[in-house]
Amino acid sequence: MKLLRMTPGRGDVLLAEGDPEVAEDEERLIAEFRRQLELGMWAAVPDEGPGGRREATMVRDFSEIPATTERVIFFPKAAGG
Amino acid sequence: MTRWYARDPARERRAEERARDLLRSTAGDNALEMYERLGFLAFESEGGEYGYLIYPHRPLVGYDARSGELLSEYCVRFRDDSDPEAGERLPDADDVLAKWLALRMDEDHTLRTANVHPLGRQLDPAMVRRDLAALQTWKATA
Repeated sequence: MKLLRMTPGRGDVLLAEGDPEVAEDEERLIAEFRRQLELGMWAAVPDEGPGGRREATMVRDFSEIPATTERVIFFPKAAGG
Repeated sequence: MTRWYARDPARERRAEERARDLLRSTAGDNALEMYERLGFLAFESEGGEYGYLIYPHRPLVGYDARSGELLSEYCVRFRDDSDPEAGERLPDADDVLAKWLALRMDEDHTLRTANVHPLGRQLDPAMVRRDLAALQTWKATA
């Protein structure tokens, strides 16, 4: 699993990568996941739905991430412009 | 206090390239082609009742997906001030993808968050009508 974050000036950056089945990796992924939420990011899990339709789900806790997820994308919370 | 950053066109170009890769891998090949061909993305709500034109760093424009009637501008932004030297604006393709993700994840919440204005506040309605027509043509040929 990769944790990516959109950033100004650089595009997406890799925050953390690991196998959630491995305890040490999972701990690192959870810590980074929580840190990003504390920084005010939203976490999106992209997916492919029926018929290849591209979907995305917001996750608010690491435990909500499906086991098969390869990427979680962090980006700033929406605000009125 | 005024915040400024030094623009670096080469860095911005690289960032935009990365953002387009992320857009393609997340929203799909068609989405990237639409963005590169038309300069915006289109999103249709689950029931197919409403659609939105997603412009980079400009308001979303809602329209009636059945009649094509343009409805409102939804001003929403994704500011990241974690690195003052890089500015606070995401690359254009990331901004478009962030709006697409927000609509896909929770359309109602995204619209409630936005400041809503009549069409014409920031975007030229004639331009938006041309874009909507271009979208229909692109869909017919894609």
